[in-house]
Amino acid sequence: MSSALDHDASSATGTATRGDASTALELELRHVQKAYPGSRQPAIPDLSLTVPAGEVCILVGPSGSGKTTAMRLINRMIPLTGGDILLGGRSVLERPETELRREIGYVIQQVGLFPHQTVRDNIATVPRLLGWPKDRIEHRVRELLELISLDPDEVGDRYPHQLSGGQRQRVGVARALAADPPLLLMDEPFGAIDPINRASLQDGFLALQERVRKTVVFVTHDIDEAIKMGDRIAILREGGTLAQYATPAEILDHPADAFVADFIGADRALKRLGLASLADVTLRPLNGDQPAGDLPVSTSVRDALAAVLAAGGRPLRVLEPDGGVRGLATLEAIGHVLGGAGELDGTGRPPARGQP
Amino acid sequence: MNPPVLIAAGGGGPIIPNFGGNGHAYACEQANRLFCWGWFSHNWSGTLWPALRQHVVLVLIAVAIGFAISMLLALLAHRFRPVEQPVIAFTSFLYTIPSLALFELLIPVPGLGLSRATAEVALVAYTLLILFRNILAGLRNVPADVLDAARGMGMSHRQMLWRVELPLALPAIIAGLRIATVSTVALATIAALVDNEGLGVPILSGINDYYFKTELIAAGALTVLLAVAADGMLVGVQRLLTPWSRGRAA
Amino acid sequence: MHNFVDAIRFILRNGQIPGQPHFTTLTYYALGTLKITVLAMAISVAIGLPVGLWLGHLHRGSFVAINLGNVWRALPSLVVLAIGSAFLGIGLREVLLALVVLAVPPIITNAYVGVDEVDRDLSDAARGMGMTGWQVLTRVELPLAVPLVMAGVRTAALFVVSTTTLAAYAGFGDSLGEIVSNEASYHLYGILGAAICIALLAMAIEVGLALVQRALTPRPLRRAERLARPDELLVPQLEGV
Repeated sequence: MSSALDHDASSATGTATRGDASTALELELRHVQKAYPGSRQPAIPDLSLTVPAGEVCILVGPSGSGKTTAMRLINRMIPLTGGDILLGGRSVLERPETELRREIGYVIQQVGLFPHQTVRDNIATVPRLLGWPKDRIEHRVRELLELISLDPDEVGDRYPHQLSGGQRQRVGVARALAADPPLLLMDEPFGAIDPINRASLQDGFLALQERVRKTVVFVTHDIDEAIKMGDRIAILREGGTLAQYATPAEILDHPADAFVADFIGADRALKRLGLASLADVTLRPLNGDQPAGDLPVSTSVRDALAAVLAAGGRPLRVLEPDGGVRGLATLEAIGHVLGGAGELDGTGRPPARGQP
Repeated sequence: MNPPVLIAAGGGGPIIPNFGGNGHAYACEQANRLFCWGWFSHNWSGTLWPALRQHVVLVLIAVAIGFAISMLLALLAHRFRPVEQPVIAFTSFLYTIPSLALFELLIPVPGLGLSRATAEVALVAYTLLILFRNILAGLRNVPADVLDAARGMGMSHRQMLWRVELPLALPAIIAGLRIATVSTVALATIAALVDNEGLGVPILSGINDYYFKTELIAAGALTVLLAVAADGMLVGVQRLLTPWSRGRAA
Repeated sequence: MHNFVDAIRFILRNGQIPGQPHFTTLTYYALGTLKITVLAMAISVAIGLPVGLWLGHLHRGSFVAINLGNVWRALPSLVVLAIGSAFLGIGLREVLLALVVLAVPPIITNAYVGVDEVDRDLSDAARGMGMTGWQVLTRVELPLAVPLVMAGVRTAALFVVSTTTLAAYAGFGDSLGEIVSNEASYHLYGILGAAICIALLAMAIEVGLALVQRALTPRPLRRAERLARPDELLVPQLEGV
């Protein structure tokens, strides 16, 4: 983790605990096994993966793939039956489970806000469990409400049933971040939200993550969400085995096997284009052709393809942010993107992330 | 042993109660009108008010003890599911025994006899089913996602109970208390058969008086008013304790 | 303890007191109690069920239906009986009237709630398939409402048994309460014997009605735990307090 990012994190979270808790920690699952008594096959036979500090790891897979189980093993909501889980190099089994959970943010699909407590009190839950002084809690709650773009004076004293679904979900995230945990677990956090609000919650969370840089384990069954949100994606198959663990770009370019290819869908080429922007494309020079229109260079290649097709396959002119012409986007140029990963943004992070 | 019945003050007296005053001041009583305010005010401080106070004490003790027992049993059944069925079976059994029979059956039990203890034992017995069922249902109805979140944030069992489960069970618990209290107020009138106190005393005395009904009506009305007042108070308590549920139904 | 032994002897002697051969038997009183209970319940069910079910089906009159139940709880049954008897007398007909007044409210309240709370999606679907209002009520709502409806009937039946015996104190002589209220003739053991019979009678009625409920409940719903029969939980759900 670079020191620049560390600096970023501490400035975003202000008064958070100094030292250990305020930085993100690396998470390592080491030969994790979970078998339920009475069932012949283990839910998770042997799972190993490492999430670097400050990255978002998506657990994705069909139902029965054990993705939620794997996540709940981390904060010991479900007891491990084999292997070990290390957070910052320290086994989660070392500490009492309540103490461990207070250090790990936890967000679930139904949010689980306490209906008998105000937004303020809900967010203050873990700090209170940790025995923070009153004024520090108050300050922290205010800071978090601002972080999730809710007005502390307006929303702070409301009860959960007085909020919209999206607001509830944001408060749930704020509550999980309250004690500035080094790790955040999110179980289908946006699964119960309608598609339009889901997209804006996703964008909101990515913007938030830019600032707080937590290590995040995020469970979803939606491969599009996985591609959009993840730094890395762990695709699990039925029976709880890991099919592939890689960046979104790698998975789309080189699916490990037929299961992965099938899971990410026949339109994986299109999905892959969504990860790149026109800045990644080797454009054709402008040599007298009459372009059908203009596109900003930040446009995703997928959107550029749609625009070219809408223009009847005629090329479009690509403009730099300063208005200068960068080149021509043609069908062939776009097609080349899929030719090799070398031409792509090496991080595999969707370019959309950088946009407001 | 004395007859356990109708030993109430004034029972078996003259048709027109003798208040020790001169006759013409009690024209209403002599005419056997339905309700005589004169009698009511004359007997308020001597008979009705003390009976009302005793009644309140009878009910308070019964509901308090019943609540304590039910709460313990409900917490136990919440933690250990197998406890539920036996408790339900036993308290339903108690609830099924008609009040007259239960009061009488307790009299020969050593240490009880004709006493307040007998009355309280029977009254407590009737509160158990309602209170146990409501408290347990309240605890069980806490949404699973709320419990999951509480546990996931690192609450211990005790913290979950005090900070999440009990507060959220409050509406059901208070609903149980309302029902238990109101029905105990009504039932406690029968306690006068074994314990010579409470509003049951003037009620039985009034029943025994073939012509003069003011005492019966006055004591009966006080019983109903007491029940309504207790119910209203508990509604108020709930409003105070559960600010989050205000305006929720709207 | 010997009191209870004597009480059992009293029961085995069918309520005869040594030296008093002309006393009415325990069986006679038990049958009398049963008779008035059955009569009162038949009338109350005939009045209360149709009203409660129909109101529930229409989802109307919740205020009346619910508050009827609440007021009912606050009424001391002995007082109702006594005041009734003071003005009407204390024959079978008058006692029946008082019992019906006391038994109808819980029947109406529970029948109302039972039907009112049936998932609206189900009755909507039934209507959408072309069922008439009557068919929706009898084929969908009623079977699902059986537990709550029967809870009301059972509560009312217990209440009627209890009140019938209490009626002895208001001067009604044809029930087991007659023995309990007459210690001078029957002594403590007679009272205890009668009290035991009252309790047994109440339990027999409760068990009988539980069997009726089981028979009426659609098979898949039978396993629902007893906690799911909280006729007493109505208050918070419906008042929205």
